[in-house]
Amino acid sequence: MTGIGEIAIAALICLGAFFLLVGSLGLAKLPDLMRRLHGPTKATTLGIGSMLIASMLYFIVERGTVSIHELLITTFLFLTAPVTALMVAKAHILCNKEARKQLPPTGRQAGWAVIDGPQAEDTPRDCA
Amino acid sequence: MIAIACMVAAFAIGVAMLLTLYRLLVGPDMATRILALDTLVINAIALVVLIGIYYGTEIYFEAALLFAMVGFLSTVAYCKYLLRGNVME
Repeated sequence: MTGIGEIAIAALICLGAFFLLVGSLGLAKLPDLMRRLHGPTKATTLGIGSMLIASMLYFIVERGTVSIHELLITTFLFLTAPVTALMVAKAHILCNKEARKQLPPTGRQAGWAVIDGPQAEDTPRDCA
Repeated sequence: MIAIACMVAAFAIGVAMLLTLYRLLVGPDMATRILALDTLVINAIALVVLIGIYYGTEIYFEAALLFAMVGFLSTVAYCKYLLRGNVME
């Protein structure tokens, strides 16, 4: 007997797997790092998000117990995904001379704070 | 029905992990490899949660949470190492 809850859980699982696949496909196919950053962020938020919602629904529908662990994982991932993306993009810009040249002008007296500002990182090295 | 959905999703996540592994091995620079490693951890978390649904136990959530924390910390540590040359200052 398939109830409506079961159909919803199966649909959410398939949706999450689809978004994870699309995110990894974007990571493998897109041409440079700034564009590759877009794929995995969708995989994190939509893919893991719907997978965890499916898990919560499963334990509510099938077991009758409410579990809070999934909310913890969701909150942690949603908080850390932007930090990860920022760190990767920063490492890319500061390690890569061509990426630094491609930055648009700021339109002000000062340049980009990460590169020219008082709190700039050490002299950027060309790290691999 | 949920079991079939779990199987399909496990197959899709396996393909996703293979694509990520390809980018991890081929990736032209270090930042791309770090991003690929982070995505691999994300896929692993999804797989752990999926196994939890499939077997119907709650034991796996701690594993998923630990994976999330260790993945985030290792990504930030790698980026810090690339930026500054060391991790702790």
